[in-house]
Amino acid sequence: MDAFFKNLTRFFAFFVFSILAAILVSLLIHSQIALSKYGFNFLFDPEWDPVTEEFGALIPIYGTIVSSAIAMIIGIPVSFGIALFLTELAPTWLKRPLGTAIEMLAAIPSIIYGMWGLFVFAPLFAMYVQPGLIQLFGPLPILGPLFKGPAMGIGMLTAGIILAVMVIPFITAVMRDVFELVPPMLKESAYGLGATTWEVVWHVVLPYTKIGVVGGVMLGLGRALGETMAVTFVIGNAHRLSTSLLAPGNSIASALANEFTEAVGDLHSAALIELGLILFLITTIVLALSKLMLLQLSKREGAKT
Amino acid sequence: MSTLPPPNKIYRRRRRVNALMLFISGLAMAFGLFWLAWILITLLYEGFGALTFSLFSQMTPPPGSAGGLLNAIVGSVLMAATATLIGTPIGILAGTYLAEFGRRGWLAPATRFINDILLSAPSIVIGLFIYSVYVAQVRHFAGWGGALALSLIVIPVVVRTTDDMLKLVPDSLREAAVALGAPAWKMIVFVSYRAARAGIVTGILLAVARISGETAPLLFTALNNQFWSLNMNQPMANLPVVIFQFAMSPYPDWHRLAWGGAILITLGVLALNIVARVLFRR
Repeated sequence: MDAFFKNLTRFFAFFVFSILAAILVSLLIHSQIALSKYGFNFLFDPEWDPVTEEFGALIPIYGTIVSSAIAMIIGIPVSFGIALFLTELAPTWLKRPLGTAIEMLAAIPSIIYGMWGLFVFAPLFAMYVQPGLIQLFGPLPILGPLFKGPAMGIGMLTAGIILAVMVIPFITAVMRDVFELVPPMLKESAYGLGATTWEVVWHVVLPYTKIGVVGGVMLGLGRALGETMAVTFVIGNAHRLSTSLLAPGNSIASALANEFTEAVGDLHSAALIELGLILFLITTIVLALSKLMLLQLSKREGAKT
Repeated sequence: MSTLPPPNKIYRRRRRVNALMLFISGLAMAFGLFWLAWILITLLYEGFGALTFSLFSQMTPPPGSAGGLLNAIVGSVLMAATATLIGTPIGILAGTYLAEFGRRGWLAPATRFINDILLSAPSIVIGLFIYSVYVAQVRHFAGWGGALALSLIVIPVVVRTTDDMLKLVPDSLREAAVALGAPAWKMIVFVSYRAARAGIVTGILLAVARISGETAPLLFTALNNQFWSLNMNQPMANLPVVIFQFAMSPYPDWHRLAWGGAILITLGVLALNIVARVLFRR
């Protein structure tokens, strides 16, 4: 009985262990036709035409990276501010409700973000914010091309902003956890030397938790890259390469969500599955890096105590 | 000492920088809360009007006519329940291995690592995976496929919480049980599980909350079904995909139903999260 129980648990542990490899292998097998037909050119081909069966992944990859980058540019400083507020500033009685409220942002299903983005956020954004952005940045030399075109509401910038709101709770949670790891002695020494709260955070807490903070950012990035429904609603689903952030684009996940069930022909499906494979590889690498960094921080922590 | 600079100027600048940065961090906090409030208020405003009796009593309508979401609600509940029933035992057993048996050897740390990646893996790829190993083999979309895809999302959540919670159980409890002559499995089932019960249940609730709103893995597996169906071998209606289709459609009637479904899911998920928290704090 004892051996049986132990082997049963070990079997399921091994089962969980093998899921990742199983996903990888099955995606490889099912994208075989596209893999062998296009090879590495798939990554750089901007063509995507189901009618002539010409497929390339450049546009979805570009859209995925750009929308996630926007999310990171907005999400990282905001998450840092929230984590700072919650660990150093908020009075104890406010910490729990405020922390819970931020965690609730992660609990809201992504389809709700998408629907809200499409019906509520995008129209307001198009009416009040985008014209301002176009006027402000449009004439500038380098930033100009990023903010051209009509204010439609949907597009990569909108997708990026909504992604930012969605990843904030994940990054904040990791930052809060690692900030709590800083030995009070270090912070108190700095305060004892007369440092202000900001100086303690910037010169003591942040250097001490650097790896963990980057790990948290990577976790958020992994989430943003793979997010499907929210992006599908607002990115516009246009297979077009455009320098403007206001123009509609496409991401890997939203291309899959929109086209996969309607894919006719094996090549179309295989190309879409290959897109999924690319997405899976990118997110797995990003998440593995994030995990390694967090492990490193906790290992150092363990060595000290 | 005359070598010291006059303290006031630098000191005042440092104070100002400090105040500015702390103010900005407060703004960041407000920024986060602002989105939460905006989304919830919109949902309540748009959704409450749609929460009528017919929402719970009628099937999803063709465009332009009235109806409800009954088949979608039932389909969602059915698939989420099946997924939980499949995923929970696997997750608990695997988590048990990680915390109880895996203190030496390579399998436990490796599995923990992979599990954390699965925890954040894009759910649409999970759907794609189940599509290629199940749906493509049986050649039709089916409720079972949806349940399987959701169970793959349940497993990592349950593994993680079971592992974490069992690790919190003090070793002295285990030693006491073993000293009384209990074999390892008895020690785990009657001592470790009992001590960690609240935490493990919390994990399961969080997993249910997570899958009730998942849309992407259902798109290629359960698909959707306009009619009443309890047959898990057929395409099955479910709330998230119905919301997706209805919200993307041009019909105002469908939009209203989508808002109704959205408020149902959100309130359900938030309630589950709050229950899980309360349970865990006890």
